[in-house]
Amino acid sequence: MWNYIKLAVLGVAVILFGLAANYGRDFAYQVHALIFMAAAAITFIYTLRTTGDVKPKPEGYFDGVVRAGVIATAAWGVVGFLAGTYIAFQLAFPQLNFEFLQGYGNFGRLRPLHTSAVIFAFGGNALIATSFYVVQRTSAARLWGGGLGWFVFWGYNLFIVLAATGYLMGVTQSKEYAEPEWYIDLWLTIVWVAYLVAFMGTIFMRKEKHIYVANWFYLSFIITIAMLHIVNNLAIPISILGSRSVMVMSGVQDAMTQWWYGHNAVGFFLTAGFLGMMYYFVPKQAERPVFSYKLSIIHFWALIFIYIWAGPHHLHYTALPDWASTLGMVFSVILWMPSWGGMINGLMTLSGAWDKLRTDPVIRMMVISVGFYGMSTFEGPMMSIRAVNSLSHYTDWTIGHVHSGALGWNGMITFGALYYLVPALWNRQRLYSLGLVSWHFWLATIGIVLYAASMWVTGIMEGLMWREVDSQGFLVNAFADTVSAKHPMYVVRALGGVLYLTGAIIMCYNLVMTVRRSPVKADVAAAVPAE
Amino acid sequence: MDYHILREFADSWVLLAMFVFFLGVVIWAFRPGSRKEHRDTADIIFRHEDKPAEKEART
Repeated sequence: MWNYIKLAVLGVAVILFGLAANYGRDFAYQVHALIFMAAAAITFIYTLRTTGDVKPKPEGYFDGVVRAGVIATAAWGVVGFLAGTYIAFQLAFPQLNFEFLQGYGNFGRLRPLHTSAVIFAFGGNALIATSFYVVQRTSAARLWGGGLGWFVFWGYNLFIVLAATGYLMGVTQSKEYAEPEWYIDLWLTIVWVAYLVAFMGTIFMRKEKHIYVANWFYLSFIITIAMLHIVNNLAIPISILGSRSVMVMSGVQDAMTQWWYGHNAVGFFLTAGFLGMMYYFVPKQAERPVFSYKLSIIHFWALIFIYIWAGPHHLHYTALPDWASTLGMVFSVILWMPSWGGMINGLMTLSGAWDKLRTDPVIRMMVISVGFYGMSTFEGPMMSIRAVNSLSHYTDWTIGHVHSGALGWNGMITFGALYYLVPALWNRQRLYSLGLVSWHFWLATIGIVLYAASMWVTGIMEGLMWREVDSQGFLVNAFADTVSAKHPMYVVRALGGVLYLTGAIIMCYNLVMTVRRSPVKADVAAAVPAE
Repeated sequence: MDYHILREFADSWVLLAMFVFFLGVVIWAFRPGSRKEHRDTADIIFRHEDKPAEKEART
């Protein structure tokens, strides 16, 4: 019966999207309507062909969706790093903005493609996959909602495809990290609610008395992102058949809402969610429980109470009232404490097992990720102080800071989790090659060091050049002077990106070979369904 | 009514309420007898690795 309802809904959807593609007012909207139509049609055919099949009652954990998520994470990661490396070369060598790609492949179009590919495609798929893995194991219950997990996975990746193709065609509402237009936002809202329902449902059905701390972090990430996404994307479409919309808020209110969103995307997407990862995979890989469970509770509540206020530090010296930007600055500085509390908790989990750092490159990857977390959560509060911000804002220092957090903390903890998950999910005894993990570790680490160091130099240099005045009070440097002075550092940064990308490609090879060549784990050979 | 009313409410009573809640969480985490429970909770990740629990472990 359920399948017939699904077929009816999907059939109507195919027709409606076909109509939208026909009557769409702009090219991008028509392309997106066709993508929606194709997705609905494929789902329709799949549902039709499997209707009436006798399905065995599902047993064990729902790991098929986690396996798909692991593959998507690794693949999107390479796409995102490749895009980032390419645009880094575009900044160093503007000739790479080819004439024949004008309007599709120039820096302005590729830059949001890069940021969304790494944050939402790589990071988002990693968060969804690991959260589904962790919530099942720590609740001792199968993922709730039957096939709902599959809807979340495919729905989310449809969102990624729509967002990415939209950027290339210029579909953007010009809000950093929230560029997708109204209909893509609506689709993500539906997917996100399904994600929340599947996650919460599993927690409600749990067989353990307590909710493990990693689930608290994942849950705060899911709920807060829902809230941020809806408020920051309040917009009225100009036409239901066009891709353009007008934001409901304007001026400084819009700016404040945007950075309330933007900084909490950092705080809850890139921090709280990934801390959930840390609190599961670091203890698992170290084979010892978290250093202090009490500290993890205090870490959680302190982090979520403080992070939400830090956004205004993006708007120093703007039309935002001083009290608001001071509030953001003060809370950013206070935030240093819970951040380092969490870092200490992650690192000290290894106390008594420090020898594993020498023998296990996967744990080394996780430890350096927590180290980068500590470093960027020290740098961030410092840069939020108004006096420091007057030098650092609008310079490459900010970009360096973001990347030491994103490449160092988010990237490395995700790589660690992937190295843990692939043998566990495909039932292999071990990884194909620990030597290749070491190669990945060093390539990525040296890549980040090149990136961050060159951005410190160029950022502080251009900040100083912008404010330099001669004895008559005239500015000494033209903007173009800073651009030419930055060229060597831009080349170094791009090379750092090449190293990081190479490491990720080595990881993909290692993971594929783990599935294909590594010996099967013998003792539970009977338990793995090929879903 | 303008937003100042909300602001004044937020930086007085709401601030106090949230701070008291946070202190309550800290005190709750350190309550007597929590050590054993926390040790048990921290070990959740080492149970049920391969398949869900058969019956309620909740007590």
